[in-house]
Amino acid sequence: MKYKALTAFAALAISAPMVFAGGADDDTLSIDGQEMISKTAAPAHMAETGIDTIMSGWHFREDDTQAMQMDTFDNPGMIAVDQATDAWNTVDGTAEKSCASCHEGPESLAGVRAVYPKWNADAGEMRTLAMQINNCRTEQMGAEAYKYDKAEMTAMEALITVQSRGMPVDVAIDGPAAEYYEKGKEIYYTRYGQLELSCANCHEDNYGNYIRADHLSQGQINGFPTYRLKNAGLVQTHNRFRGCIRDTRAETYAVGSPEFVALELYVASRGNGLSVEGPSVRQ
Amino acid sequence: MDFTRRETLALGGAAALTFVLPFRANAAVDDVIAEFTGGAAVGDAGVELTAPEIAENGNTVPIAVSAPGATSVLVLAAGNPTPGVATFNFGPLAASQTASTRMRLAGTQDVIAIAKLADGSFARSSKTVKVTIGGCGG
Amino acid sequence: MASGVKPRVKVPKSASAGEAIVIKTLISHPMESGQRKDGDGNPIPRSIINRFTCEFNGQTVIDITMEPAISTNPYFEFEATVPEAGEFAFTWYDDDGSVYNDNKAITV
Repeated sequence: MKYKALTAFAALAISAPMVFAGGADDDTLSIDGQEMISKTAAPAHMAETGIDTIMSGWHFREDDTQAMQMDTFDNPGMIAVDQATDAWNTVDGTAEKSCASCHEGPESLAGVRAVYPKWNADAGEMRTLAMQINNCRTEQMGAEAYKYDKAEMTAMEALITVQSRGMPVDVAIDGPAAEYYEKGKEIYYTRYGQLELSCANCHEDNYGNYIRADHLSQGQINGFPTYRLKNAGLVQTHNRFRGCIRDTRAETYAVGSPEFVALELYVASRGNGLSVEGPSVRQ
Repeated sequence: MDFTRRETLALGGAAALTFVLPFRANAAVDDVIAEFTGGAAVGDAGVELTAPEIAENGNTVPIAVSAPGATSVLVLAAGNPTPGVATFNFGPLAASQTASTRMRLAGTQDVIAIAKLADGSFARSSKTVKVTIGGCGG
Repeated sequence: MASGVKPRVKVPKSASAGEAIVIKTLISHPMESGQRKDGDGNPIPRSIINRFTCEFNGQTVIDITMEPAISTNPYFEFEATVPEAGEFAFTWYDDDGSVYNDNKAITV
């Protein structure tokens, strides 16, 4: 009996790594036929991390989830893009302007997503795309700011993100951005919560390994906002950060907080060179 | 398929029974199938069900049914709180008796497809789908 | 009516007579199953789209009865025969009595 159990255990131990290989696959991500850069050489500033290839989270997902992102009709995140297109053309606020009044079609914002978060010299602040959208609303349109992670904001981010789809992420980390980069980096390597986990513990040291039944990715954010099957809706970068830190059993920073803005810049810079692919689809 | 009030009550009763009597675990499923088939025998050729072996999230599981010549296909999830998923009724302009959708699975369980074939007979196919538990729940 | 319901339909613009075409539909809808509870532990009442139909020039392509196990933002893919030029009519029926429509013309 004991012998039998032992052999069964041994057989399981041998077969388990093969059956449950949790690493990135070698599939090619194309969206409506347009090929994405979903694996590429890590940017120079990541030399000390030991990661030489950066990979989109898409490679860590099951085929069915992957397929949902490869066709813009199949991707339920595109519903939000449709809704934001309506909002784009709708006049709102005291200046009686819509987004279209200044920017014409949303395609005029091609390339914007790829370089955010971005230093705004006039305001002297590091701005995420959400902050920039709200700045437009309050300063140009005389409209009320969207709540940072409400559906309207996430949808508008998705609409603007789609315009840059396929372009490589290219956030600046030098000059005035350097300070935010360093601050974000410090957060990335700080262990939080009762579980004492840093971002790096999972997404740098253990990507490709399993955490319970789930694959750990590199924690890239080039696919955000992302349609999560779990939420059946779009999730922003800061929602994800908050969820991760909460799961370490820590008090988290708030969405839109200076800490998360810095962390977003740092994590985005770790994806410099990967295609903007949002809205992506994840589990 | 339309449930009358009485049938719905019967279903609810069956569901309540499964709670206290585990050996009647599939009673609700059996009842729904019996209603669809009118109690006729169910073969195993003529309908194909495509579902993933492993679903990353039970909230959105892609499935497809195909039953050449069928007039309708009933899809059930045996382990959900209520087993019904959908009934696909094919009209004269359906180019094929195939359809796909995305469904919810409360956990690892069998998904069942029953087709009413062109000759009025019934066919059944089923697949076990494993629903994985996320890493952090985050 | 559930708020912000927006149908999306993908149909080719043209086909040859008698050709089989693939149709995809997606509609934004929470598909509240009736199984969930709110923050206070009270059940959230069921509110779903319970039926979807696709017709071409008045003839049925597909008629689907939907249960709460259909995912949020219901998606369907199926095939239709196009005997002549005309119009596809897509209709979704909500539990609350609302009806959502979309139409797509196709040339032969």
